[in-house]
Amino acid sequence: MNSNIEDKLGTLRYNIDKESHILVNFEICKNCKPKPCILGCPAQCFELINDEVRFQYEDCIECGTCKILCDKDAIHWNYPRGTFGVAFRKG
Amino acid sequence: MVEKVDTIVVGAGPAGSAAAYSLARADNQVLLVERAKTPGEKNVSGGVLFGSVLHQLIPNFWEDAPIERTIINRNLVFLSGESSFSLDFSSKKLENPPHCGYSIIRYDFDQWFAKRAEEAGALLATGIRVDELAWENKQVVGIRAGDDEIRANVVVAADGINSQLTEQAGLRKGLRTKHIGLGIKEVIDLPSDIIENRFHLEGNEGTAHTYLGCTKGYPGGGFLYTNRESLSLGIVVKLPAFEKATKTKAPEFIDYLKQFPYIQRIIKDGNTIEYSAHLVPEGGYSGLSKLYTNGLLVVGDAAGLALNIGYALEGMNFAIASGIAAATTIQRAHQQRNYTKKTMKHYQRLMNQSFVIKDMKTFQNAPAIISSPRLMKAYPDFINNFAHQLYQSTATPRPKLMNLLLKHVIHEISLPYLIIDGLQAVRGL
Repeated sequence: MNSNIEDKLGTLRYNIDKESHILVNFEICKNCKPKPCILGCPAQCFELINDEVRFQYEDCIECGTCKILCDKDAIHWNYPRGTFGVAFRKG
Repeated sequence: MVEKVDTIVVGAGPAGSAAAYSLARADNQVLLVERAKTPGEKNVSGGVLFGSVLHQLIPNFWEDAPIERTIINRNLVFLSGESSFSLDFSSKKLENPPHCGYSIIRYDFDQWFAKRAEEAGALLATGIRVDELAWENKQVVGIRAGDDEIRANVVVAADGINSQLTEQAGLRKGLRTKHIGLGIKEVIDLPSDIIENRFHLEGNEGTAHTYLGCTKGYPGGGFLYTNRESLSLGIVVKLPAFEKATKTKAPEFIDYLKQFPYIQRIIKDGNTIEYSAHLVPEGGYSGLSKLYTNGLLVVGDAAGLALNIGYALEGMNFAIASGIAAATTIQRAHQQRNYTKKTMKHYQRLMNQSFVIKDMKTFQNAPAIISSPRLMKAYPDFINNFAHQLYQSTATPRPKLMNLLLKHVIHEISLPYLIIDGLQAVRGL
């Protein structure tokens, strides 16, 4: 039984674009206390490293949680370009 | 490059394909645009497809559509530590089409539905992300995707819960966290004979479970349904859970669900073959967006058309109903050669008359009731503790049932809350 998130994300197929479909303004994140993106992202694309928010788009499963949770407008959110991103087979 | 068609539908999920199919079948020119390479690749279900609405559009669809199992068993389970308390209903009567529910896998089902629209004459264009609406004099006149602009008399926004088009058109402000749930799902493979033995099923019969008490006290719940050769197990947590400085990260919620002994027995020997997540409209009536403007109609999740009343969950059925209503509105607009709000408004009228908006109004207090923090923890704990007391062997004098009940109620919940919650549930659900 898979239990860690890396293994779970490993079940997915992606077509990863060269550029990120989500842009994060980390300057704003510096002044954000609750940092809900880190808790809410189901793919753990947001991480806290040395007290700073880091983001990687490659594992994104395009749910939109980060955009809705961020009330400071730090996240410029879009879907990946056509054909790119995650491809579920059992959704 | 500018081209023109009658209608553009953005998004090939159930709402979009229902609209495109209805229009194409009535000989209307329709372009169905989907950002995925294959329809269904971006979509995630958390429940059962009810058959009644789709049957009106495609009679006996179950003979042709990729159905996993027919749901003949429903189980509402209160989870509490080592214990579980179930309300279990089974009936062959649930098997009679079209009044039954089906488990489906969206990659298969959405592909099938889009193909039916294509066969009816719709033009399906996949792998295209629509970037924005094209406007002229406050009227939507088409879409833009990259450098291309395609014009249409009407655009149907079927672009899902994160609908960029609905927001661009000003039909809703940003989504509010309390109106949205995050669904996280694992599909777990198991041979069909094990599924049938484990859940007391025969042939293509299936079961659907709802779990309470498994979200660490935060509003939400768990779900499970059987596919032919896999289980779909998931959890929905309302987004405010992540706004507070809690310690639980989203992926940990499904791990928490999986550690209950009840769940462990269900998924034993199965492997997770796919992990997924998707947002769910949970706001009910107050979470609805505006449904139309000049040249634009909003259908399905994009409009917030979904309803969770605890014992029933409607999403795909509502989506299909809204797609059909949108198509009817567009045909009427064609006859009048008018695509302004004046004709688009008919969609709102049709929806108001339909069971969709009627249900959403009837159960407009349901989202608050089923988000009660007591329902998430205190009641599941109480009912399991009470049952444990009833059935355990102690070799001490048994208290009378009522005394035992009162002791637990006063100890664990407090009577005023029980009365308030009971009244709200009776009035709201």
